[in-house]
Amino acid sequence: MKELLLIAIGSAIVNNVVLSQFLGICPFLGVSKKTETAAGMGGAVVFVITISSFVTALIYKFILANEFLMSKGINLTYLQTIVFILVIAALVQFVEMFLKKSMPALYQSLGVYLPLITTNCAVLGVALTNVTKEYGILESVVNGFATALGFMIAIVLMAGLREKIEYNDIPKPFQGTAIVLITAALMSIAFMGFSGMI
Amino acid sequence: MNVTAILVAALVVGGVGILIGFFLGISGEKFKVEVDERETAILGELPGNNCGGCGYAGCSGLAAAIVKGEAPVNQCPVGGAPVAAKIGEIMGVSAEEGARKVAFVKCAGTCEKANTDYEYTGNEDCGAMAFVPNGGPKSCNYGCLGYGSCVKACPFDAIHVVDGIAVVDKEACKACGKCIAACPKHLIEFVPYDAKHMVQCSSKDKGKDVMKACSVGCIGCHLCEKNCPKDAIHVIDNVAYIDQEKCVGCGICAQKCPKHIIL
Repeated sequence: MKELLLIAIGSAIVNNVVLSQFLGICPFLGVSKKTETAAGMGGAVVFVITISSFVTALIYKFILANEFLMSKGINLTYLQTIVFILVIAALVQFVEMFLKKSMPALYQSLGVYLPLITTNCAVLGVALTNVTKEYGILESVVNGFATALGFMIAIVLMAGLREKIEYNDIPKPFQGTAIVLITAALMSIAFMGFSGMI
Repeated sequence: MNVTAILVAALVVGGVGILIGFFLGISGEKFKVEVDERETAILGELPGNNCGGCGYAGCSGLAAAIVKGEAPVNQCPVGGAPVAAKIGEIMGVSAEEGARKVAFVKCAGTCEKANTDYEYTGNEDCGAMAFVPNGGPKSCNYGCLGYGSCVKACPFDAIHVVDGIAVVDKEACKACGKCIAACPKHLIEFVPYDAKHMVQCSSKDKGKDVMKACSVGCIGCHLCEKNCPKDAIHVIDNVAYIDQEKCVGCGICAQKCPKHIIL
């Protein structure tokens, strides 16, 4: 239990997926104009990453790092990247279809963001981190959920800042994406303060 | 070279691909959501700029609501009567023509009529006024700030800042409601296109304070209310409101108003 908690805090705050590992920058900059949409995107990412880390952990354990094949001297773990990409893309598609049919209300609020997640490298990043850190299935799910939570924290904070920035008198060369990148860098430096905590 | 390893690798990736393909294909059939043909047709007729003026999340939201019967065929304020007629054809009902509405700014405090407390030079945005003393340089806390947040919000170029206050171009206004949402002072409201009389003030201050701040402010004297033959105008919170459904356009209130703020 203690270890799971450490994994969770570690990946949500200390090694924040956006601000320390620089994954998922595209949606972080793209959908952080309003707090509302940022929270929607964050929610969708939490949903997808939690499921995808579960599924990829299963696939890794029972197909790629299969004991039978391992004993025959065939090691398929090098296929992880391509298989995970395949699985994640299909999973996002499936989740979208499933939500549209059975949970229209949730689909209404997350629907717009789901297709965008296919291109969110944080999803693949988490799946691969789970493998490199040799996490089991439960640990993978916890790590995935916490990482996505970290993404949500970062994107909602960013959206809050950007809403305030709107009203500021910014010099012309820094308007738009430039000031957002500078803000992101400052946030990243702030989050570096957590390093060494775990 | 280990041929078996290559074959197994190809088999695993191919197998996973085929399995996923089948799985997605089957679930695609299973989780298919029936889309009404009429919904697509209606969506084709709607203007498609997703302004949200109808109160639904974009044109597709309205199309779905019309098919379900939750929204009338003339719900789209932008398309107006011609679009309503076409949608009515698709739905097989006749569209009775809804009264056209336009936005109206309830403030007449132009630069020379409204007093200012101080001079402001800075970011020209109504939202930014929340951060400056007294909510903006104008003495009146309720009036139009004149920094044009509504102008930026208008997708139809129908609202402009003239002489320090926002003015709606009645002909160009499509009643999408974007300016109403953008105005931090909640000054803009819908009135019927053919409304004859509107109160051009929103100040809820007492008469004395209004007089200090602006020469064209409603002082809540109740003269209009007392003289209205149709009981259509009332002073609520120190400012007069006209009930446009009761108003017959006799113009007595406009004549009686000592401040001449009723159009």
